[in-house]
Amino acid sequence: MAGLAIAFGSGAMTNSIAEIEHNDVLLIIGSNTTEAHPVIGQKMKQAARRGAKLIVVDPRRIELVEHAYLWLPIRPGTNVALINGLMYVIITEGLVDKKFIEERTEGFENLWAVVQNYPPERVAGITGVPAEKIYAAARLYATTERAGIFYTLGITEHTSGTSNVMNLANLAMITGHVGKEFSGVNPLRGQNNVQGACDMGALPDVFPGYQKVANPEVRERFAAAWNCQLDATPGLRIPEMIDLAAGGYIRAMYIMGEDPALTDPDITHVRKALANLDFLVMQDLFISETAKFADVILPGASFLEKDGTFTSTERRVQRVRRALSPRGECRPDWQIICDLAARLGYPMHYDSPEQIFAEMASLTPSYAGMSYARLEGNGLQWPCPTPEHPGTKFLHAGRFPRGKGLLQGIEYQPPAELTDEEYPILLTTGRMLYHYGITTRHSPSLESYRPEELAEINPAQAAELGVRTGDRVTVVSRRGRLVTKVKVTDRVPPGIMFMTYHYKESPVNILTNAAFDPIAKTAEYKVTAVRLEPAS
Amino acid sequence: MADVTLTIDGKRITVPAGTTVLQAARDNGIFIPTLCHDPKLTPWGGCRLCVVEIEGMRGLPASCVTTVAEGMVVQTASPQVVEARKMMLELLLANHPRDCLTCSKSGACSLQDYAYYYGVRGDKFHGEKHDYPLEDDNPFIVRDMNKCILCGKCIRVCAEVQVNNVIDFAHRGFNTRVTPAMDLTLRESEECVFCGNCVQVCPVGALAEKASLWQGREWELTKVRTTCTFCGVGCNLEVSVKDDHVVRVRGYDNPLVNSGWLCVKGRFGADFAESPDRITRPLIRVGERGEGRFREATWDEALDYTARRLQEIKEQYGSRAIAALSSARCTNEENYLMQKFMRAVIGTNNVDHCART
Ligand code: SF4
Ligand code: SF4
Ligand code: SF4
Repeated sequence: MAGLAIAFGSGAMTNSIAEIEHNDVLLIIGSNTTEAHPVIGQKMKQAARRGAKLIVVDPRRIELVEHAYLWLPIRPGTNVALINGLMYVIITEGLVDKKFIEERTEGFENLWAVVQNYPPERVAGITGVPAEKIYAAARLYATTERAGIFYTLGITEHTSGTSNVMNLANLAMITGHVGKEFSGVNPLRGQNNVQGACDMGALPDVFPGYQKVANPEVRERFAAAWNCQLDATPGLRIPEMIDLAAGGYIRAMYIMGEDPALTDPDITHVRKALANLDFLVMQDLFISETAKFADVILPGASFLEKDGTFTSTERRVQRVRRALSPRGECRPDWQIICDLAARLGYPMHYDSPEQIFAEMASLTPSYAGMSYARLEGNGLQWPCPTPEHPGTKFLHAGRFPRGKGLLQGIEYQPPAELTDEEYPILLTTGRMLYHYGITTRHSPSLESYRPEELAEINPAQAAELGVRTGDRVTVVSRRGRLVTKVKVTDRVPPGIMFMTYHYKESPVNILTNAAFDPIAKTAEYKVTAVRLEPAS
Repeated sequence: MADVTLTIDGKRITVPAGTTVLQAARDNGIFIPTLCHDPKLTPWGGCRLCVVEIEGMRGLPASCVTTVAEGMVVQTASPQVVEARKMMLELLLANHPRDCLTCSKSGACSLQDYAYYYGVRGDKFHGEKHDYPLEDDNPFIVRDMNKCILCGKCIRVCAEVQVNNVIDFAHRGFNTRVTPAMDLTLRESEECVFCGNCVQVCPVGALAEKASLWQGREWELTKVRTTCTFCGVGCNLEVSVKDDHVVRVRGYDNPLVNSGWLCVKGRFGADFAESPDRITRPLIRVGERGEGRFREATWDEALDYTARRLQEIKEQYGSRAIAALSSARCTNEENYLMQKFMRAVIGTNNVDHCART
């Protein structure tokens, strides 16, 4: 979410889920919403049903395309160029919101200096989207009052991920489509509590509430509250941890509920790094691919077996309540962490998650007004700075956290990996409806319905290889190869194929590229050059 | 909008113009039974159980599709109304299986409740019964069309809420039934996304969660409200539990989030928690790294060992030689503690979580 933090000063969905039903235009870009965020997808389809116009930007003919007013079938990795093209039309046709640009933003000249080089005719060549569609989408978005932008991994999982997001913020700002109800820039967060994990400071450079580790005043406050010394140097992000583990500098890792040996890009490298550790402790529900490298596995409790809170994609903090007792000897993760801390000479004692929440809220301004008692009912959206504050439905009314919104011209950079004669097909990866991460592989019902990968390939590719739905093929990238079953479908255009990352039997991240976005350190899962061979 | 004043069962009531008679009555605590009505779906007026008497109107209009008018005088329980409702129930029961003894819906079934309320035993007519095979070729939903009362709620939820338009009425008269096109099953249709929202609105036992069958009766269930763990939407769940086992999951109506609706994962995926693959005791590696061979250990042994190794590595290589991955699947409280643990106890900022947003 670094892109929004740069443009606005804070990165999260600016509007609320319930606002979708009042939108007149939804620009949905790089988000297969009906599969990745199904209930939001429902609301988008409901909006279309009552007459809202959906502009869907996606290389694949995803379900939302059936409900779309405009479909822009974009070549993967070319979003920046497309958004520049949209802005070119909006600026040259005078469809900008002059007042908003003057009062709320800075850097318009800088933006125009770049955007002027992206007339739709040129953009069509880069993106594969016909120029007329770029004109139509730009006009529709700019001239509709209640127009919101929605995006997900399709935008962030590129080497240019941060640029993509900043460019969406540019688009919203020049049209005045942010800082109010029903219009904004809305990243749909994938994992159930990724928003919360960020808010809680599970990031190497910030404490809870995005308070900078490098800021001495902030550090002093946390040091006093926690009664300890604190390191002033920001820590490592995942790809750096992995590289340094492979290099022998990181000696031990503590991994709670994540499976980088399956879900991170270029897993061959990840696995080497994990094997090189002196000590790895895992806390998880299942023996994941990563856990196979562990020295110790501590059995955690599932969400049904503990109390706590999750923060959803719309910044809504909601209660998680215990419905089952922990299986066997499993323990809630918070208790395990406390037990370990005590053994390392730092007693952490909490009677309940509610006490932990109260401590966190006292140190986190955007959560300061929340308590378990106040979360009963329908939850609260941050910022909620005081016990009387009702929570915040939409962000940036009147002012951005950084003051003026930053407009910045962004040049299109081709993806780090391109196709060539040897690897002529673009592989793009993502989620599918029936699975989530790896936990659902252990769901008897979901797993029996979708037990294996069905890589989507276009009928043209299938004919070339002589394969039909259900047949196996070998997929080869510059980093690895795997065998998978295919589904032959025109959901993907010729030259593009799609796979999910849920299956350890066909681990797609053997193929993907670890080249990552220089700012957000999000890897380029979305564009990998591959070739297909008949499975031997 | 202007207000309208009317009289229902002798009570003067003022409601906004455009309100239905049904809504006006219910908002004022007056009982009217319905089978095909759901406030979140387009009114249909098909089941005719909500009929009322309105002065000056011929016949018995269905209150769910009749809007209020100034000065309207409504009777919701006149002998004529009650007689009509009893007749509707008799007709429904005439070809309804007498499965209440073992039906999963028993105790939460609208047909059962209204039959009881009006004292209708369903012995007036002996109609022909259906003999449809049970549709259970998918792992999520069981459809028993013999129990279907053709209220059409599932059709409307699929069209208006889920917007997938998988099912509709087909055939005529006695043979009318709800089905995907060409009499396919939900699974065969390849259109159904198994959101199960149709199951949630079915007033009778025609639609049920497959895994819930024989797992517990309605009155034995403890219901817990919680938040879904399968994506960032944050749908509210109502988890029904019996004997420390999840019987079923339904949507909890948080009007700001999911209004009670769910997707296939939220509704059916919670069974991962009770998977026999769960690790239920601490494990310590015995094989080679990466091989995945472990032995069981006690908590004390596993925690002591972990603490000792972390301490040794910290002393030998410094705090920054240790790194942690927190989890976007765990709770806020756990993420807070994990970063506190790394910063305050280990002494490093090396904490991150999976960047896969
Ligand atoms: S499960 Fe969902 S998609 Fe399938 S028929 Fe029912 S409402 Fe429609
Ligand atoms: S299956 Fe249930 S909801 Fe659908 S028409 Fe029959 S009774 Fe109504
Ligand atoms: S029910 Fe579906 S859409 Fe709702 S939070 Fe769960 S996974 Fe997401």
